Amino acid sequence: MDTESNYSGYSHYSGRSRGSHRHGDRSRDRHKSRSKDSRSEKSVTINTPPAEPLLGDSSVRGEQTQDDNWGETTTAVTGTSEHSLSQEDIVRITKDLEDSVGLNCRLYLTRTIAVILGLLVFLTPLAFLVLPHILWPEKLQSCGTACEGLYISVAFKLLILLLAVWALFFRPARAGLPRVFVFRVLLAVLVLLFVVSYWLFYSVRILDAKDENYQGIVQYAVSLVDALLFIHYLAVVLLELRQLQPCFSVCVTRSTDGTTRHYNLGQLSIQRAALAIIENYYSDFPIHNPALLSASKSRAAKHLAGLKVYNVDGPGNNAAASAGLAQSQSRAMIAAAARRRDTSHNELYYEEVEHEKRVRKRKARLVVAVEEAFTHIKRMQDDEQKKAPGDVMDPREAAQAIFPSMARALQKYLRTTKQQHCHSMESIQQHLAFCITNNMTPKAFLESYLTPGPTLQYNQNHWMARRWTLISEASVTSGLKDGTIFLLKCVDFSLVVRSKKIPYIQMSEEYIDPKSHKFVLRLQSETSV
Amino acid sequence: MSFVPGQPVTAVVQRIEIQKLRQGENLILGFSIGGGIDQDPGQNPFSEDKTDKGIYVTRITPGGPAEVADLRIGDKIMQVNGWDMTMVTHDQARKKLTKKKEDVVRLLITRKSLEQAVNQSKGKYPRP
Repeated sequence: MDTESNYSGYSHYSGRSRGSHRHGDRSRDRHKSRSKDSRSEKSVTINTPPAEPLLGDSSVRGEQTQDDNWGETTTAVTGTSEHSLSQEDIVRITKDLEDSVGLNCRLYLTRTIAVILGLLVFLTPLAFLVLPHILWPEKLQSCGTACEGLYISVAFKLLILLLAVWALFFRPARAGLPRVFVFRVLLAVLVLLFVVSYWLFYSVRILDAKDENYQGIVQYAVSLVDALLFIHYLAVVLLELRQLQPCFSVCVTRSTDGTTRHYNLGQLSIQRAALAIIENYYSDFPIHNPALLSASKSRAAKHLAGLKVYNVDGPGNNAAASAGLAQSQSRAMIAAAARRRDTSHNELYYEEVEHEKRVRKRKARLVVAVEEAFTHIKRMQDDEQKKAPGDVMDPREAAQAIFPSMARALQKYLRTTKQQHCHSMESIQQHLAFCITNNMTPKAFLESYLTPGPTLQYNQNHWMARRWTLISEASVTSGLKDGTIFLLKCVDFSLVVRSKKIPYIQMSEEYIDPKSHKFVLRLQSETSV
Repeated sequence: MSFVPGQPVTAVVQRIEIQKLRQGENLILGFSIGGGIDQDPGQNPFSEDKTDKGIYVTRITPGGPAEVADLRIGDKIMQVNGWDMTMVTHDQARKKLTKKKEDVVRLLITRKSLEQAVNQSKGKYPRP
């Protein structure tokens, strides 16, 4: 009965969610809390139970056959896990489709504007030089030596400008940021104004007046190219050099398990700082493993499950009265929970000790099995030509040959440390072949399984979230300040970022004369003979 | 017992012979020494002259070979088995006393009471 009502509740919610995509995550949270409350009419909970982590659990795609919470929680959990997974997928896919179309438009727009601006910039000096020859060739003074020298200068400066622009601007875009890049827009506007003003001057004073002094015109074109080179210097300083000097120290915490790292950043806008942080996240933070969080969730559920509030006086229709009632009920629950003698800390302690012992035992077996497996193969030397072709194996075959002897121990260890969904058999064999090819020791092979590594280490398609949401109270194009807090939200977790200004360091010097190092004996030692 | 640098040192000495006692692997004498030219002479409680950098006996284990041989605390060791102890470092003194091949050490020690005793006896028996 409970599953059925729950199922209808969720499918109703999913119908609503398909229509509204804008604040996808936030509305999803609110809808979930409402449906949860409708399910449990009689029990009043103080805080809405975290519905998101349930989806986080199920995002493990059901490969986890040994879910620790399988028997303990209500059937509603298992009933919704498959359904909410499919709803979540649909939501995700449709959001992807919509946003990818929007993003592509913006990308093409930026590209076309950049190309137009580039063409304008490069063709303008050439146009300045060529137009007099086309429009009034008879009146034009011939180009003397100095003038031809200026031709060479224009040519080389244009070449340098071309290379510089290619180096700075024509790099593959690494990310799509929510707002435009303010400095680039400023520079584009500056270049446009500059070129337009030059054209204005040229058309009024030179084209209209049909000036014969060709050397002056060439010098004018050279001055334009010089000024463009200086604007490019400005671009390098604004875009690349300004943020190199570290100015802020940011503290990045993952919301699910509290892993924290600190980075030094320069003066950046919030969106660029977020980009730098995400790039560092992939290589510094150990991979997010939702299976490790299930224990604390089950404990939290047990805390709340023990108490229920019964409304003996009958339902009150007055809104104010019911609000006051709910508050007093919450307070009563907190007081009762505090008074209840809780022995869950004991269980936690012994459970952890047991787990530790089990992990150590499995690890010992695994290490021995792997070391033994590695002794079965050795690299064939060049001069050992006598072996039959059937015995000679390439790395992949060698890996497949020794893998079965360690497979069981490895799988048991991964299951105990809840990492079995991170590594597929194919990836393990690939890694083994890689280690064999590069003459690595068994310990080197095992290192990637004993400790959870950074996200980059694992299969990219599975683990790298390509969509991040930047949640910030300040505008994302404003600069980082002391005390800025923003969130980087991914599907499974979010990163909380806090920035602090690096203080001004006042350093003073103290000179020590090398001859001032003098010592005297202090102790009188006593030796017994 | 003070000395003038450059002049030979004169002192009234007593000859003491100590038999080393075997304790496990080690041969012990049963006393502790302090002092040496690399040590701080001002901290020596037993010396009269606080610039004296000689080797002094600082502790005697009760019942040990040194006590049996009538070595007393505060004695200054002048020679060990013929090796001079007035101008040696602390470690050199230790080495000369703890040679594994020798099981007897013959020390020449001096103490204040010896000098006084000699002066007294000189006074008692005036020369004719």
